[in-house]
Amino acid sequence: MEFYLTALMLGLCLSPMALGIFITMKVFRIPDITTDGSFTSGAVITAILLTHHWSPVSIIPLAILAGSIAGTLTGLIHTYLKIDALLSGILVMTGLYSINLSLLGRSNVPLPDASNIFSLFPVFSTPVFNQLIPGLLFILLILIILGYVLRTDFGIAMRATGSSESMTRALGVNTIKMKITGLAIANSLTALSGYLVCQYQSFTDINMGIGIVITGLGSVLIGEALLKWWNIRSIGGQLATVIFGSLLFQGVLAFTLSIGVDPNLLKLVTASFVLLIVVIPRLKRNP
Amino acid sequence: MIELQQVTKVFNPGKANKVLSLAGISLEIKKQQFVVVVGANGSGKTTLLNIISGAEFATEGKILLDGKDISRLPEHRRSRWIARVFQDPLKGTSAELSILENFRLAAIRTTSKKLLIGLNEVFKKRVQERISVLGMGLENKLELPMGSLSGGQRQALTLLMSVMDETQILLLDEPCAALDPRSAALILQIAGNIIEQYKLTALLITHNLKEAHSYGNRIIQLGEGKIMRDLKGEEKTALTLEGMYSWFN
Repeated sequence: MEFYLTALMLGLCLSPMALGIFITMKVFRIPDITTDGSFTSGAVITAILLTHHWSPVSIIPLAILAGSIAGTLTGLIHTYLKIDALLSGILVMTGLYSINLSLLGRSNVPLPDASNIFSLFPVFSTPVFNQLIPGLLFILLILIILGYVLRTDFGIAMRATGSSESMTRALGVNTIKMKITGLAIANSLTALSGYLVCQYQSFTDINMGIGIVITGLGSVLIGEALLKWWNIRSIGGQLATVIFGSLLFQGVLAFTLSIGVDPNLLKLVTASFVLLIVVIPRLKRNP
Repeated sequence: MIELQQVTKVFNPGKANKVLSLAGISLEIKKQQFVVVVGANGSGKTTLLNIISGAEFATEGKILLDGKDISRLPEHRRSRWIARVFQDPLKGTSAELSILENFRLAAIRTTSKKLLIGLNEVFKKRVQERISVLGMGLENKLELPMGSLSGGQRQALTLLMSVMDETQILLLDEPCAALDPRSAALILQIAGNIIEQYKLTALLITHNLKEAHSYGNRIIQLGEGKIMRDLKGEEKTALTLEGMYSWFN
């Protein structure tokens, strides 16, 4: 049971990143893989500031700032220098690796004793439950804020940019600025995942972001399948489904480990799982 | 209202595939003129519209709006005065957004898009009233995604969207090219009504000479990036369809 609760917690921590991927991939239709770098940036900043005895809550704006700078850079390269989005993301992600490494000073930092966001509510005797409450509150807050933003006039303009750019420009929206803003928001969310995972695992590693984008992608794809299944159209419902997708994704990975699959093969299992999610709906369509 | 001074547009300048799309066009369009633009493929009609809307910048020459030089103003800034209906019905609306959300965006075309929720019941009523004029029964399906509608329905809604916010100039780029004859006739009728009701200055590109004959109070024929004919008011009224067909022989 606790094994699955741990998976649930990790899914919760990774769900802001999944929401970020949802924004770039589904709302803007830009394949952005800055994620691997901005995720680590969020974790690195959290690790450094926690060791300097900052309070966990005061780190949040800085993690958001780091992610938004990374996203803005990718956006600027993609829009102003007219470089393919995928390449822009790879460039920023690669550059971020060095920045993260020099910030952290070494390849990993354990934080066994630091007080963190998950130790804020010590009300239960089981530590997992104590972690669950701040985790759930945090994600709920993100869901409410993001759900609100996407329903505002600004949010409608944002969603229109990805779906019909010519129309959106004709309706007085600076689509270049909008794309950069979108990438900044997405990568801030990703950095917040780094912030959460760092504290949840009490550990930051320079390589923790490698391949993390596929986890987010998988969560969004699971979410998409569920959306069709449940016929959800509202934007709030879509966001909630993405979070649910993230939980389900970690649940499936936990299950694979529990039946005795070698943990070294975890990334292979992840990739195969995502492939499966993409392929299954297609098989149904063309029997 | 709009004035083009010696506007030239060259695509791929200095390369082997260089194209002179507009060759020094000068044109003055007065307030409430409804200009129909005809011409063979490649005569520069769409480029002319793109230059006015700001989707393309002129290589040389100036575009003035009420005497103000807007030549270098990007499209999203010119949208303060100019609304646009595209040839492709799918281009003028967002398929993923609902009808209501599309209209919301159109209703704030000339203002900044704020972090406030503008989709309230009052707005919904306003959209319902506007849409009921079409008689398509869409006023009760405002939550449907735009993508689930037909091309004709989407084009009709695009027209209504163009006057949700303050509009002075309406650019119509072959709005009926992708539609069946019945929808096409209906769309043009709606366009005509809107232009008259809101006292708009309008430009309509069309390949259909019947449409060109029955709509507008001025007609311009483009050929190889130049204005070949320009007939206004009574000169346009006096035109016969046969006379117009002979322009293209």
